[in-house]
Amino acid sequence: MADERAEKRPRKSRDGLVYRQSIWTRVTHWVWAVCLFFLLLTGLQIFNAHPTLYVGQESGFEYNNAILSMTAENTADGPRGYTTVFGHKFDSTGLFGLSGPRPSVQGFPGWATIPSYRDLGTGRVVHFFFAWVFVGTMLIWLVASVANKHLWRDVVPKGRDLRRIGQDIRDHLRLRFDHGAKYNVLQKLSYSVVLLVLFPLMVLTGLSMSPAMNAAWPWLLEIFGGRQSARTLHFAVMLLLVGFFIIHILMVVAAGPINELRSMITGWYRVKKTETKSDE
Amino acid sequence: MSKGVMTRRNLLRASGSLVAASTLAGCDQFDFLGQRDHKVRDVLESANSLTYRVQRMLLGPNALAPEYAASEIRQGQRPNGSTNPQTAEYLALKANDFADYRLKITGLVEREVSFSLDELRRMTARTQITRHDCVEGWSCIAKWTGTPLSVLLKEAGVKAGAKFAVFYCYDVLGGGLSGGEAYYESCDLIDANHPQTIAAYGLNDEVLPVSNGAPVRVRIERALGYKQPKYVYEIELAATNTQLGQGQGSYWADHGYDWYAGI
Repeated sequence: MADERAEKRPRKSRDGLVYRQSIWTRVTHWVWAVCLFFLLLTGLQIFNAHPTLYVGQESGFEYNNAILSMTAENTADGPRGYTTVFGHKFDSTGLFGLSGPRPSVQGFPGWATIPSYRDLGTGRVVHFFFAWVFVGTMLIWLVASVANKHLWRDVVPKGRDLRRIGQDIRDHLRLRFDHGAKYNVLQKLSYSVVLLVLFPLMVLTGLSMSPAMNAAWPWLLEIFGGRQSARTLHFAVMLLLVGFFIIHILMVVAAGPINELRSMITGWYRVKKTETKSDE
Repeated sequence: MSKGVMTRRNLLRASGSLVAASTLAGCDQFDFLGQRDHKVRDVLESANSLTYRVQRMLLGPNALAPEYAASEIRQGQRPNGSTNPQTAEYLALKANDFADYRLKITGLVEREVSFSLDELRRMTARTQITRHDCVEGWSCIAKWTGTPLSVLLKEAGVKAGAKFAVFYCYDVLGGGLSGGEAYYESCDLIDANHPQTIAAYGLNDEVLPVSNGAPVRVRIERALGYKQPKYVYEIELAATNTQLGQGQGSYWADHGYDWYAGI
């Protein structure tokens, strides 16, 4: 098989370094990083305009179809912030519902939003600018990664990768990281879920909230079960991406931040000597 | 196999850098983006016109906003924004149950015409159950009844050169020393002539209430809620939409929101 041969082909190497990341992978990675930073913080600004999530087509004001809500109430001890998730109510004063040095009623605190004060109009301007850059970068990445075989060779997990998953989980639990030229199976799985599932889901659920797109592509509402469900999914995918980001950073630091950063900036990655012979 | 490089110290260091990164985010260093005349903001706002052009390409002129079954009306239409205008003109009309109200069509038209509420009710009507999407994020399904704007525009005869329909409203928002700003809106002629664009006088089988825009509210169903002007008294056909307010084409566009409001 041609792909098998492509995988066996030796990579460019010098002084124990292998050329691991193409220019396409590196540039799109950093553009996405900047986009996701602004998309997250402006997304929380937009969420704060109505910090309640619902399921279905509409928001229940005279009935209850909310699954998450951030509110504030006056109590005997003064104002408190509350978060209600699936009917369970928690006191979240200082973080959700009520926060800030001079406590103000808001979903997420000002330090988590752009701008730091309430400004939905600005949040939307910044959000949609970076949404366009994000989508454009996705298309560039997809074309480049199909063309240079990065997608199939490095990202998509194959059967033989999946057979190693038990060993790979044990290695990760023992904080023993593979330093081969290739991604290990947990990397392949998480990168393919983020790039091929979460990123497209984020874009499609975002478009489902657009009344004009609902007219152009009515199937969007059908696949996500309504505009408010799409908004809830958009939020859920955000949580998964934040979770990915935290683990991603921890793994970079744990696996050797200099080496990892060099490979994502220059493309060159130091491979452990013992593994260069069989980096499979 | 490689030796694990993750020690407890490394793990602590990693957690520390995460905390540092999250406090970096927690600054107000991007608040300048809220300045409406900032150059960087101008660049970011160019995405709004890209969205407008791309959505106009994807949307045929007649692609309809989704319509719903009567069983999906489960609550009243939530009022928002102005809900009770206090201008003298409006209060006088309201006192007489809008018997003296007339909706005027003016500007680049063959003949300036106006319609009383009774006249509107006797014209071709369209009833549609649609979803109102507020820019804040909530949605509400309701049944709207009114005269298609295209019918009114045909009565007036739109002249060549008209590019926008500008809606003048009775409500005044804001306040302070300047005494507030009159609400206005404008849309392109594609939206104005869209089959679902109606001058609505009925809501959920009843007379449109004051809180939702009585006597007439224009529905532009492929746009967000802030592009559904209430308390409309005049529709002017115009070549430009920058002659009013602060020149952005609508009250909310003057206040930093996207004029087109398609997303």
